[in-house]
Formats: sequence, structure tokens, C-alpha cells
Amino acid sequence: MMGISIANSVPTKEGRFGQFGGRFVPETLMTALLELEAAYEEALLDPAFIEKLAYYLEEYVGRETPLYYAENLTKALEGAKIYLKREDLNHTGAHKINNAIGQALLAKRMGKKKIVAETGAGQHGVATATACALLNLECVVFMGAEDIKRQQLNVFRMELLGTKVQSVESGSKTLKDAVNAALRYWVTNVEDTHYILGSALGPHPFPKIVRDFQRVIGVETRKQIVQKEGRLPDAVVACIGGGSNAIGMFHPFVDDESVALYGVEAAGSGLETGKHAAAIAGGQLGVLHGAYMYLLQDENGFVQEAHSISAGLDYPGKGPEHCYLHDIGRAQFDSITDAEALEALQLLSRTEGILPALESSHAIAYTAKLAKTMAKDQVIVVCLSGRGDKDVHTVRAALGGDVK
Amino acid sequence: MTTLQQAIEQAKAAGHKAFIPYIMAGDGGLETIKPTILKLQQLKVTAIEVGIPFTDPVADGPTIERAGERALAAGVTLRSVLQTLASFRDEITVPLVVMTYFNPVLAYGLKPFAQACVAGGVKGLIVPDVPLEESELLREALNPYGIDVVQLVSLTSPPERIARIAAASQGFVYAVTVNGITGARSRFANNLEQHFASLNQASPIPVLAGFGISTPEQVKKMGALGDGVIVGSAIVTALHEGDLATVEALVAASKGMLEKSTL
Repeated sequence: MMGISIANSVPTKEGRFGQFGGRFVPETLMTALLELEAAYEEALLDPAFIEKLAYYLEEYVGRETPLYYAENLTKALEGAKIYLKREDLNHTGAHKINNAIGQALLAKRMGKKKIVAETGAGQHGVATATACALLNLECVVFMGAEDIKRQQLNVFRMELLGTKVQSVESGSKTLKDAVNAALRYWVTNVEDTHYILGSALGPHPFPKIVRDFQRVIGVETRKQIVQKEGRLPDAVVACIGGGSNAIGMFHPFVDDESVALYGVEAAGSGLETGKHAAAIAGGQLGVLHGAYMYLLQDENGFVQEAHSISAGLDYPGKGPEHCYLHDIGRAQFDSITDAEALEALQLLSRTEGILPALESSHAIAYTAKLAKTMAKDQVIVVCLSGRGDKDVHTVRAALGGDVK
Repeated sequence: MTTLQQAIEQAKAAGHKAFIPYIMAGDGGLETIKPTILKLQQLKVTAIEVGIPFTDPVADGPTIERAGERALAAGVTLRSVLQTLASFRDEITVPLVVMTYFNPVLAYGLKPFAQACVAGGVKGLIVPDVPLEESELLREALNPYGIDVVQLVSLTSPPERIARIAAASQGFVYAVTVNGITGARSRFANNLEQHFASLNQASPIPVLAGFGISTPEQVKKMGALGDGVIVGSAIVTALHEGDLATVEALVAASKGMLEKSTL
């Protein structure tokens, strides 16, 4: 297999990652997807577009983000050296802005004046609202009624940024229903509206576009770790809901056989309880929101609700490229429970003075386990995808008001 | 010519427009399926679109979504609907067309699904989230069992694409009359005549209009654009409310319409 790049071989022009992905959408959206694909490929070849994106990532988002050696955490765990890729230091507090800015610039280039997006916890909604405020685009964000209740502050943040937040009252009233509503809105307003999908999910070309805009995480990390350690890391760890921070981090390392890739799913109350969001560990192959992927569903093909303390991981499917990396054995997927994530959140807060998002805490928890199995001269890089300020209420409630 | 297309051609030959009502199977419980289908059959509809409830119906508006939620709450599944159809198969004379999202079919397994369709008298399949690019698999699995796979054309489909969809579609071409989801509307785009003219020319099989058609006047107007209409949300609402008069009025509007060539 020498010389053959796995990373660059997918997706195919049909949008397939192995058997995964594709374009399972109503006909009304097909032309929009084909136009988006063509506009995107064209933009990539335009130096002015690339330059503009680089400008905003540097001057507005605050890239590049540091690759921080977590010395205290490393010492506490007595294992491999741990580096944190500080995506939490981006403007708006998470990696989501990388993709939101990229797609908003693309929408402007396509002459679309309106944006629709979905959001779960509100991070992608805030990032999209921010990019739209910056680039003078009209924005509507769909959010499940349950999530609106849980994330009042993010709703208000979006409104301050000039975005209209629409409550979704159907189905389970969470992220998957927000995607349904955003897709319906897009079908109805496709002529003047672009859909900024927030994760590495959905119909082709979204999984590729989101991956490409998030690749900056892995590209910077690769350069930074070589500067600091003189070599590539032994392991790379990222949490995975739909999988946008993980694919952005993994992709530049996929062809480096010496680098182990670990994706961490949310095990919620535990895989055995059925209350989790681990589609790779506990789902079957299926189609939702345009893509063939691992999906939480019952024997009738009805989609099941995902469960996680972290709203950003609370989605019943996994992005098609992750499903593919799992099937070919290039990445390993494991899961972390709510309780383990809460513990890791406290561990990182105490040892490093960094309050991670609940999503990222899953990656930290897995890293804590992994580091102990590795030698002290080995190196792990973790994607710290977001900051935890948004989760303080949830964490406080989960810990019963007591921090251990 | 397939059974489904034949039924449409027969309606045309009799001077009518094809009329296909959509029902949400099991809205009101599985036991409502048989009387509903037999009643519509008695009204001499051309075919019946049998909708299967799904947890994530992205192509549907609030009326059909709510009906689906009621059916889901009653425990209705693709499997139980097909079993119910098989239970009174001998009494069914009108062609049935199953409308379902793709995932329940995948979970069923394509071959067992095709066999269950045959047992239930199903002659066609509409899967709104399987566009032309992904549709080959369905035709390969279902055509050997005599089941048509109907493709949708939208207002956003460019001419070259319309021609390819019309060539691939079986039974009829489902022409979506709005940019949007299912459900009643008072207004339609004003370039529909032009759209249908090129669609009729491109299609070797009948063209039926659907989405948003909810009144007898709209049945006449939209029916005139092609070979007939599909009415969903208005039928679903009427059946839910036990309002058979509305159903009858909608069907009647399609009868005796002059061929558009003679207008």
C-alpha cells in the first residue's frame, strides 16, 4: 500500500467514503448540492478566496491556536506526554468557527444572502451567527425546544448577534430534529439560502467541506508537534459527535501509519443502559440526513434518540468518513461515560487551570486512560475542541452543587 | 407497460385525470388501513399512495408529520403495514404505491421488503430521500418483483437532469410543484406551465403533479398541467377528521377533465 494515500482517496465524486456517505436528499436539494460542490471546488482554486479565509482565521478567529504541553496533567497521570490543541482559545470558544467562517465566505461567493443552520448546544449556532454578523448575512438558526431550555444563554448570544433562533417542537426536540427543520427550511428557500451544516455529516459535499475547513486543526498540530518534539505524535485523540473536530484533527495524520488515531464517542449513562450516543459502538448501518453511516435505530429503522450529558455529542449518527476510518481499521473508536467526562473536566480544571467543554472532556477522559498504558517518552496530542464556560450550569447540576 | 402506468393510461383514455390520494397508513391505528383503502378504491381513484410513518420525515410538512407521529404512537411500522395489506390482498384491485423514507427499507432488507410488497399487492415505491444518483440499487432490488420505482422531479431540476430522471422513473414521474415540503398552499410559482411543458415533452411516461395541492380547484388546475395529481395533506386531514365529503369532492374534481391538447 506504500505511496497510496488513504486521506486523499475519499470521498469519491459520488460523495462516498468506502460504502458510507452519499446524497440521500429530496430532489429539490440535489441541484443546490451540485452547485455547492462546483462552487466549492472553484473557490479552492481561487487564491483570493484562500487568502481571505486565511486572513479571517488569523486576524478574527485568532489562529494559530497553541499546542500546549500539559505538564501538570502529564505528571498527575504518570504516563505519556500530553499536548493539548487549544481550539478552546478560538473566538467564540470552540473549533466550530473554523467551518462557519469558511462556509459563510463560500455562501457570499455564491451570491447567497441568507444562511440557515442547526445547533444542538448552541456552539455551532453562535459560531454561525458570529460569521453572519461579520459578513453581513441574514441568519436563522433552528434549535430543539429541549436544547433551548438547557442553553438559554447561547440562545440570547445568538439573538444579540442579530440571528433569529427558531424553536423546533417536533420529534425529540433536540439536535436531530433541528437538522430536520433546517433541511426543510433549506428546501423551501433554496434559491437564496445556503445551509451551513455544523458537523462532518449530511449529504455530499458537506462532509468534505466541513473536513477541509476543520483540517487547519491537524495541519497546525502536525507542524507544532514537530517543532516541539522533533517528531510526529504516537497518538491523536479527539471526541466525536458528528465528528468535525475529530476529522479536522485526524485528516492530516491519516497517511502517517505510526500515528494512532482515537475517536471518543459519548457513552452517556453507559453503553449497557441503551442511553448513549455511541453509534459506532452500538448502532447499525442506516441513512439519516443525507448520509449512509452508523446510526442509532431500532429494528424497524426508526431513528433513536441519543443521550449524552454533552449536548454537542448528542446526535444519533457518526460522520461517514469516521465510519470509513473505523471499517478500514485506520482509527479506533471507544467511548466515555457522562461520569467519566465529568471527572476529567474536574481533573483538567484542577491540574492545568483549563475548564474544558463537556464534549472535549470525553477526549481528556480517554487520554487519561490511554496515557497510563504508554511509556513516558511517548506523545499524545488531544484536541481540546472547546471551552467549558457554557457547561458550568450543567456540571453544577450534575455534581449536585459540590465540586469534589 | 407496468400495472401502475396502465392504471394512469386507463384514466386518461376515459377522459379523466389520474388521481392518487396519499394516506398515512395507521393514522388512527392499523385497523383503519383496510376500510380506508377499500373506500378510496370504491371512489375509483387511480392508485393509492400508502405513506409509512418515520421518525425524521424531512420532506414533509406539519400535517403529514403530525399524522406520522400519531401512527408511530400507535406502533405502526413498515412491516406491520405490509402485513396488514397482505391480510386483505384479495380485495385490493387498485394499484398501491408505498411512500417511505429510505432507512426503514434498509432496516427491513431490500429482498424481504420486495417480497412483502408483492404479498401486499404493492406495485410501486416512492422514496423521497433517494434521488436519481442513489436510485439504481432500488430498481435492481424491486424491478424483478414487478415493483416500479417512482422518481421525483423538482422545480429546481435543470432540463438535462429532468430528462435523465424522466428516463429512469417508472410508472409515472412525480413532479413536485413547489420548492418546499408537503402541505396545503394558496399560491404556486407562476412558471409552472413552462416547467410542465418541458417535463411532458421529456417524459416517455405520465407526469403527475404533487405537493401543496389541496382544493378541487387546484386539482383541476394542476391536473391540467400533466396527466394527473397526487393529493396528500388535504386527504390526510379529511380522513383524520372523518370528512368523507371533502375526499369525494377532491376525487370528483379529477373526473371528466378534458385532455389539455383539446383545451
